[in-house]
Amino acid sequence: MLWVDKYRPKTLDKVTVHDQVARNLRKFVSEQDCPHLLFYGPSGSGKKTLILALIKQMFGAGAEKVKLENKTWKIDTGTRTLEIELAMLSSAHHVEMNPSDAGFQDRYVVQEIIKEMAKNRPIDAKGRRAFKVLVLNEVDKLSREAQHSLRRTMEKYSSSCRLILCCNSSSKVTEAVRSRCLNVRVNAPSEDQIVQVLEFIGKKENLILPAGFAARIAAQSNRNLRRAILFFETCKVQQYPFTSNQVAPPLDWEQYVSEIATDILTEQSPKRLFDVRQKFYELLVNCIPPESILKKLLAELLRKLDADLKYEICRWAAHYEHKMRLGSKAIFHLEAFVAKFMSIYKEFLVATFG
Amino acid sequence: MAPLVPMSQPWVEKYRPRQVKDVAHQEEVIRVLNNTLQTADLPHMLFYGPPGTGKTTTALAIAYQLYGPELYKSRVLELNASDDRGINVVRTKIKNFAAVAVGTARKAGYPCPPYKIIILDEADSMTEDAQNALRRTTETYSKVTRFFFICNYISRIIEPLASRCAKFRFKPLSEEVMSSRIMHICNEEGLNLNAQAMSTLSVISQGDLRRAITYLQSAARLFGSSISSSDLISVSGVIPEDVVKSLLAACRSGEFDVANKEVSSIIADGYPVSQLMAQFLDVIVSADDIPDDQKARICKKLGETDKCLVDGADEYLQLLDVASETIRSLFNMPRTLVF
Repeated sequence: MLWVDKYRPKTLDKVTVHDQVARNLRKFVSEQDCPHLLFYGPSGSGKKTLILALIKQMFGAGAEKVKLENKTWKIDTGTRTLEIELAMLSSAHHVEMNPSDAGFQDRYVVQEIIKEMAKNRPIDAKGRRAFKVLVLNEVDKLSREAQHSLRRTMEKYSSSCRLILCCNSSSKVTEAVRSRCLNVRVNAPSEDQIVQVLEFIGKKENLILPAGFAARIAAQSNRNLRRAILFFETCKVQQYPFTSNQVAPPLDWEQYVSEIATDILTEQSPKRLFDVRQKFYELLVNCIPPESILKKLLAELLRKLDADLKYEICRWAAHYEHKMRLGSKAIFHLEAFVAKFMSIYKEFLVATFG
Repeated sequence: MAPLVPMSQPWVEKYRPRQVKDVAHQEEVIRVLNNTLQTADLPHMLFYGPPGTGKTTTALAIAYQLYGPELYKSRVLELNASDDRGINVVRTKIKNFAAVAVGTARKAGYPCPPYKIIILDEADSMTEDAQNALRRTTETYSKVTRFFFICNYISRIIEPLASRCAKFRFKPLSEEVMSSRIMHICNEEGLNLNAQAMSTLSVISQGDLRRAITYLQSAARLFGSSISSSDLISVSGVIPEDVVKSLLAACRSGEFDVANKEVSSIIADGYPVSQLMAQFLDVIVSADDIPDDQKARICKKLGETDKCLVDGADEYLQLLDVASETIRSLFNMPRTLVF
């Protein structure tokens, strides 16, 4: 079992990084009533852990017996019949799913699953609660229509079905949904907190950590606890006992983006742009999200630029990333950004060095 | 099995006014509606205004006052955006309900006029085709059916439908109006709310009474019966002021890397950037030592960024762009590099 799953806190009392949030959530459980909740914060900050611990606190150990099922809905809209298949985890007390996997048909899924849970409400509630919990992941990727559908549905069936929404950024959740939920902000852990967690895991695994080793991993993880623990385990697999200056190897795709940045800075020519395009295709084919590529590329470029250029480059990165959201072919916008960067950078070099 | 503690009702529903005259301080709307209710001759109605100002409450209160609780279920059809609202629904469900003859049942104490009511809540999310399909329906069955449209933006309702309705604009609630309502709820629930917390609640809810009541209930649940300003701020998702000020301070330093570090920290803390844009705008506009042309430049960038965020752009990149442009504005650097 990966350490990232092995040492995940299972109950709210064992949550260490967000003890204040966990204490607040425990009040909902003790008060026998739980409003709709919206967890938001960066990835790797512990949102899912808090949600699972909360569900276990509400329903007991039965909530851990989950099964994965592929559910199919046939929805008759009058003019045509849709068939939507989606994977979801369900236990006797809760259902967890990613409705945005259904693409533009996500609003039917959202409505149908809630109505279905309302219908299937247990007549004799053997569990301790009269309602079931529906966990919707990546709510910020739902379409506008689906979020509109969510508004009234979550009100109408609130006595039998409570929603726990989970997203990275609450900016993309409509105001109407946000105002019907209790917003729980889960910030990324600080580097000190990550160091504490790594030392805790090291102790459990009987490992000896050199001085500064955990701090280096924490700095490398960008305040992402999942990455920090995975880096830690990678270092253990690579070489143990740890050396005093050991560093976790970067992710493959990040290394690849670093090479792209070096290529761009070395030469600005159509031939080089063509080579970079091939590299972008390689990344996209391996399912790296295009916005992650662009952000990583920007970070690599900013490290090597003069201050004057930085303002201009981050402006164009924001511009092309916005265009990427509106369009459907990411390679167009990635390549356009590189072409624009090459143009600006070459002009800068010519003006500076003649 | 221990008996369940009765589920607490959301205060938004518990304290929803049941009578038209109880709707808080939409005087023009209430006066006209009270007169209309005497004659029981309703036109089609169009309620519009910001969220949380009593539009749905007023529509439901009218229906209850006309029919009473028993006849309400059979005489009133309520549709929301959550129900499919394409053209097909208009052709079937709405038309079928509108065409059915009115029953003869009457209830003592209620006017029970000889028509039914269809309430289309959140009508601005109806498709244009669906709205067009409604035009003929509203005319053909106007003897036996009246329509209530409720929306946030009247511009989203097609002109032919809007012209068939009596329009009522619901204003955002002012602080003293909201205060009296909040104080009433505090007294009923046994809460202590000081003047500063009351003022904070008005500011963060921005005239939206539903939001204010929800924040109040959330804060009461988490922090007990004594509620302070910081408690309300923490449940509402509003960003603490020092975070916004530290972003501005990082921009004032004139160093891109300092601003980039601050932006990364804000993103890692999980603050919603659209909320940060609104608060940053307030800080910029109210700053005394920034000249007007610099303010204009920064505000223009904030407007563009807000649009990009609504389109779903990445928060880190957009916030970094705002910080970068703010630095360039404060130090009068040109908008486009020239070599």
